[in-house]
Amino acid sequence: MLFGYNLSPILAQSVLGMVNGAFYALLSLGLAIIFGLLNIINFAHGALYMLGAVVSYLLLHFLGIGYWPALVLAPLIVGAFGVLLERTMINRLYKLDHLYGLLLTFGVALILEGIVRNSIGSSGVTYSVPEALRGATRLGFMIMPTYRLWVVVASFVICITTWLILEKTPIGATLRAATENAALVQSFGVNVPRLITLTYGAGVGLAGLAGVMAAPVYSVNPNMGSDVIIVVFAVVVIGGMGSILGSILTGFGLGLLEGLTKSIYPEASGVVVFVLMIVVLLTRPAGLFGKAA
Amino acid sequence: MEISRRSLLNTVATGAAVSALPLRRARAQAKPVIKIGVLNDQSGPYRDTGGTTSVVCTKQAVAEFASQMSGYTVEVITADHQNKPDVGAAIARQWYDQEGVDMIIDVPNSGVALAVAGVAKDKNKVHINSGAATSDLTGAQCNANIVHWTYDTWMLAQSTGGATVKAGGDSWYFITADYAFGHKLESDTTDLIKAAKGSVKGSSSYPFPGTTDFSSFLLQAQSSGAKVLGLANAGGDTINSIKQAKEFGLTMDIAALLMFITDVNALGLDVAGGLHLTESFYWDLNDKTRAFTKRILPQSPDNYPNMDHAGCYAGSLHFMKTINKMGVAAPKASGRDIVTAMKAIPTEDDCFGKGSIREDGRGMFNSYLFQVKKPAESKGKWDYYKLVQTSEPAQAWRPLNAGGCPLVKA
Repeated sequence: MLFGYNLSPILAQSVLGMVNGAFYALLSLGLAIIFGLLNIINFAHGALYMLGAVVSYLLLHFLGIGYWPALVLAPLIVGAFGVLLERTMINRLYKLDHLYGLLLTFGVALILEGIVRNSIGSSGVTYSVPEALRGATRLGFMIMPTYRLWVVVASFVICITTWLILEKTPIGATLRAATENAALVQSFGVNVPRLITLTYGAGVGLAGLAGVMAAPVYSVNPNMGSDVIIVVFAVVVIGGMGSILGSILTGFGLGLLEGLTKSIYPEASGVVVFVLMIVVLLTRPAGLFGKAA
Repeated sequence: MEISRRSLLNTVATGAAVSALPLRRARAQAKPVIKIGVLNDQSGPYRDTGGTTSVVCTKQAVAEFASQMSGYTVEVITADHQNKPDVGAAIARQWYDQEGVDMIIDVPNSGVALAVAGVAKDKNKVHINSGAATSDLTGAQCNANIVHWTYDTWMLAQSTGGATVKAGGDSWYFITADYAFGHKLESDTTDLIKAAKGSVKGSSSYPFPGTTDFSSFLLQAQSSGAKVLGLANAGGDTINSIKQAKEFGLTMDIAALLMFITDVNALGLDVAGGLHLTESFYWDLNDKTRAFTKRILPQSPDNYPNMDHAGCYAGSLHFMKTINKMGVAAPKASGRDIVTAMKAIPTEDDCFGKGSIREDGRGMFNSYLFQVKKPAESKGKWDYYKLVQTSEPAQAWRPLNAGGCPLVKA
């Protein structure tokens, strides 16, 4: 209770918002890494997230491989697909304008969605919550499905780990250096093209991982990526293009904001993120955490 | 982003529709051609409930009727309206004006349907709606160029809502798709609840399309203290809502006011088992519906026909019967006259049996309340429904004078 007002509904809505925020953070993190190093606006990110969910469904359905192994396998498969995509197509576009990368990845997204739509239909399929995470946990102010709590915690840990790798390890330092000046880093003997390929694979793998985690929460369907990708782009813009920490914090923050809007005026929950984006672009064009150009 | 995904999709779709034009024109025709356009969602959330299976069913009607066509042939063309009223209306205008389309069928999504109905009236062509739900099509916004074949929000509210209220569910909370369809379904159900002295504790309207997480609304519904959760949504949204309600262990009864067999298939019987829903067609209803389904399945093996699909078949059949009677020049001359004639002729087909079309354009058929089978009760693939109750046309649909349709003389 605060000023005689019951806070538990607000707290409950905030926690639910964090679940969506967890997905936003994971997705925007990958996007930010890819944009930071490759300068590619990866429009296929939503479709690759969807692919992660679909791959985990296929693994279960056809090979009997459950959730936990899928949590490792599906991101690897999606990541490998990303590596293939980068090697065969995206790497031809680095010298061109952003728009070309955007168009290519948008086309890839449409193709992926079309293939999935033709094979599993638009109603999608359901993926059960893993045995160990079924049931609900009492949080004092609400009862929360255990699986959703797992999503928030796991996503937070993954985001922070990724950030630590980028900021505190030699490999992260090389990566950041390559972002600043690729030619110089290459002259130190670093294989920059391979670094770029692996970075794209890793970013895309994160999307695949988010997809696996989303499969038990949402219906696995071909539109699940396009439903979130626009919001995720807004997250990246608000956080500051290419800012890693910015995208993580903004992802969780916007999930929270959206959750609160849903409880106060649900009709506005679809636009609140974009209203904030406009405000941020007007006042801080480089984004909340971005460096001014 | 300067280029949005949606505007790009628009451009692609319009481009595809336009580029298809000259090819079709070039074909030499000996007999006069009647053109039917199937306009629906072929890539979004309503693709399985309508989509290509609607096209298959329309073509099936044409193939079956071919031997009876008196001096004409029928061509079926299709397009994707992407659930956007502006895209739908633009395609309808182009079809009627330039492509020589005589009748547009299906058009799920109430927003798009109302727009296309307006175009049909302006151009004096025919629109037979199977996929959209809003009862406004035969109510305040009815017109003399449309027939609403398969189902509507009033009939769903009456059947599923009525049964829920009768079973003691007298206080409701709605989760509503924030567009024409959701609001009409909510208000038609609310009327019924109030008439039965029940109450509505609240509702959440969520942005459509694009909402995948319903947990926030489920939580509000639970804390409202209502006994029944009314889902005034459809397709993938209904699937997500029910799935998440189970995940949260919602203790309320769920009234999925609009649900198709395709949705049940996607959810699985372990989640959907026990739910009540209403359709005006079920593939396993009788020998004729089973025979119809057997003819459709080779062309749509993974998607069994639901009532929307069946409506495309039956509506097209009735349209062609009317042309046989009126002559092949009639639809080009006046769509209004065709629709008037359609209302004068009784309907009969394998899917809906014998029926009729009322003055306001309402198709008058039985509606059926089903309960979804539990996994143990189902004998096999797509064996999903138990028939609970059959409503005769007089009980199933809104009384003629209650809709406010200007065509109905007081």
